[in-house]
Amino acid sequence: MSKRSSGTQLHPYVTFRLSGTGGQGLILAGRLLAEAASIYEGLNVVQTNSYGPEARGGASRSEVVISKGEIDILHSPVIDTLVCLSQQACDAYYGDLSNTGLLITDSMLVGVVPTARAVEVPVTELAQTLGNKMTANVIALGVLVSLTGIVRLESLKSAVAARAPKAFLELNVKAVDVGFQAAAAVVGKWNAKRRSAIPDYSHIRG
Amino acid sequence: MADATNQTAEPVDRHSWLRGNKKFPHMWCPGCGLGTLLNTVIRVFVAKGYDKNETVVISGIGCTGRIPVYVDCNTLHTAHGRALTFATGVKLAKPNLKVIVFMGDGDAVAIGGNHFIHAARRNIDITAVVVNNSTYGMTGGQHSPTTPLGMKAPTAVTGNIDPPFDICNLAVAAGATFVARSTIFHYQQTFRLLSEALEHKGFSVLEVVSHCHTSFGRINKLGSHLDMLKQQRDHAVVFTPELDVEKARAEGKDLVIGLLKKDATRPEYCDQYEKLVIQPSQAKQNRGGV
Amino acid sequence: MVTTAAQKPILLSGNEAVALGALAAGVRFYAGYPITPSTEIAEVLAVELPKIGGKFIQMEDEIASMGAVIGASLAGSKSLTATSGPGFSLMQEHIGYAAMAEVPCVIVDVMRGGPSTGLPTKTSQADIMQAKYGSHGDYPSFALMPNSVLECYTLTIKAFNFSEKYRVPVILLSDEVIGHMRERVVLPDPATLEIINRKAPTEPREWYRHYPDKTTGIAPMASFGEGYRYHVTGLTHEEHGFDATSQEVAKLLEKFKNKEIRNTKELTMCESFCMEDAEICIFAAGSVARSARQAVRILREKGVKAGLLRPQLVWPFPKMPVEEVYDQVRFILVPEMNVGQLRKEVERLRTNMRVKVKGLNVLNSVMITAEQVVERVLQIDFRSGSESEGGTSNG
Repeated sequence: MSKRSSGTQLHPYVTFRLSGTGGQGLILAGRLLAEAASIYEGLNVVQTNSYGPEARGGASRSEVVISKGEIDILHSPVIDTLVCLSQQACDAYYGDLSNTGLLITDSMLVGVVPTARAVEVPVTELAQTLGNKMTANVIALGVLVSLTGIVRLESLKSAVAARAPKAFLELNVKAVDVGFQAAAAVVGKWNAKRRSAIPDYSHIRG
Repeated sequence: MADATNQTAEPVDRHSWLRGNKKFPHMWCPGCGLGTLLNTVIRVFVAKGYDKNETVVISGIGCTGRIPVYVDCNTLHTAHGRALTFATGVKLAKPNLKVIVFMGDGDAVAIGGNHFIHAARRNIDITAVVVNNSTYGMTGGQHSPTTPLGMKAPTAVTGNIDPPFDICNLAVAAGATFVARSTIFHYQQTFRLLSEALEHKGFSVLEVVSHCHTSFGRINKLGSHLDMLKQQRDHAVVFTPELDVEKARAEGKDLVIGLLKKDATRPEYCDQYEKLVIQPSQAKQNRGGV
Repeated sequence: MVTTAAQKPILLSGNEAVALGALAAGVRFYAGYPITPSTEIAEVLAVELPKIGGKFIQMEDEIASMGAVIGASLAGSKSLTATSGPGFSLMQEHIGYAAMAEVPCVIVDVMRGGPSTGLPTKTSQADIMQAKYGSHGDYPSFALMPNSVLECYTLTIKAFNFSEKYRVPVILLSDEVIGHMRERVVLPDPATLEIINRKAPTEPREWYRHYPDKTTGIAPMASFGEGYRYHVTGLTHEEHGFDATSQEVAKLLEKFKNKEIRNTKELTMCESFCMEDAEICIFAAGSVARSARQAVRILREKGVKAGLLRPQLVWPFPKMPVEEVYDQVRFILVPEMNVGQLRKEVERLRTNMRVKVKGLNVLNSVMITAEQVVERVLQIDFRSGSESEGGTSNG
């Protein structure tokens, strides 16, 4: 029992929270982000969920912690990137966002945005345009990856492709692109100062 | 069908099924029906030529629960009311074993009522023998879920107000595919029905109406064990499809015995399990999102 | 599924890892009743067991599930059930039976908020004492607490090994966070795993005793249908399973006790982290130990000499390592998601009255964070500096 302790060093890590209502596919989205980071980027991840008793309609959230080192954070009170697909989630969780953190909202579903730094993308509307409302979660991931660079676009696409049913594979991979481009389009209109407030996590994957 | 009076088995064969070295005399009261039933059970095993190593006798708690102690095969004395759950595990894990479960009335349909109806629903190949003496004998004669209305017990001193279960009706309704009733008095009937129940593929229930002259009989002034056996004889009427149950009851024949249900068409649970193949296409259904 | 998954990094949830660990250990029978947050274990095994000739059955309740598990184990199958608090309470009758009749089996309790129906989708560690004392009477209790997805896999195998070796029911105390969280894991090569199967009897069949008195408490075990015709009972019994005399009763209970105390070396499973020079010990198990380990890192960064002692096997309780800690540190902090179940056990072993034992008891069903642990340590440490040497040591 007296083994020398290893792993005593503190490693940098980032925390993501995907939130909304049950049925929007956010727990699965958390899993996809975690798979993209762990299987396709070789990073360590801890992905946890929190949800109510209802299968549909209740509050739902998924958290992903990503680091190169060992992760011992099963629940983080401070969030680096928060994705909100409902007003209720945004109201509840904005307080947990770190001062330098990034807020991504669905501009169609979140009317009252608590900060001017938020990136508002109409993900549900884009999903409907794409022909399937169920792809909103994947579009949101495309937005997240586009802005933060936490994983490479190909890694996210591979993770989505590995889990999508065959008949919907193309649609879901396309949804990643739609989100990725939509985010770039929104931020592209911003001036350089405003854009510089968006954190870049690409250093986490080294 | 072997006849009880015409058995080829030698007495020495019957004794070989008993754990005689340690456990006799048995612990039941003199005159108790369980001794007679044990005798019948052993005779059936011998007549059927069962392999002791492949036979499992399981029981719950109570006077009836002591039956396995005396039988030289694989024996399992479980917790009160739970015999059928253990039996389900044994049978499903090793379907080649012959599993027979002994329970009392309280054991089977009070504390174990849920397990009883679910074992019947699954139609798993187990024979359940429910010895119904209308009372909790081992704890001193309290009223049970089969105590008739108005009968007395230490926990129903002015007469029972809980309507009783009809164990066989319950078994039929829950989906048991072989249901029969006999009494301790009707020894040959019990032999024949038990033989048939053991050969039936599926969940078979044999209710054996017994007597507890020590507590139930004494409190209700029903006489000695012999008197109570005579009551079994006098109240019994053999079931036939033509039997007018109401008419028979009016004539004092309120104990319908014999084979009440037999359905060989319903699939047995372990057989169904063996056919279980999970198709990859069934494993996942999806509506378009991931 | 198990072999292809091995040695390649995969993202796995704790509950899935329990199911895969059970399969690697050789599970051939599962009986259970659906309950949040344990259901994924049943769902994986419902698919996998029929493929390998194993049996899966959904029973009418948890009492029945445990009964079926014991029956199947007696018939020779390695057997498993999984549940959460309310179901675990229902299983206690048969957990005592399995201990009394010495039937190997594994029970997974994915803890959720309690008492009663409590918080089905939230976490807790409040079943630790139920894992020890849940059933009536004195019986040997074995309980493992995984702190990661990988340990859900490895400790499930360990649970089967202990159960088969010692002929006891073994409990795996997971919790909602561990059960549902996903981590990147590389499962060990199946060829490297130690898998223990119950010892088959070697004596002639007529000499076989199902419950022989062995000083180590470990006896070979035959299964139903193998030609050894023995009697199994929940009654206190002698070596053949028949009614015991009063001397035989004492002998049986002594034997149960020996299962724990004669095998302490193997039954002490503790991990220590930064304990070499620690002045402060954080004693934590399961999911909370993860936050505690992060807290130790943060404290070390601040120059505070903290370390972590983590029991993987909480029952039998790790007596020796805890007693050693009392000779080393200034105080012990026990963070846990209950009102102090582990802390009381730590306090019970106190050999040095100057060492304080303090708790951090988070009861709001939200996972304890590293920051909370750090804050509590600094709070106590500040006080201990200002207090006189003879300061009180109440938790």
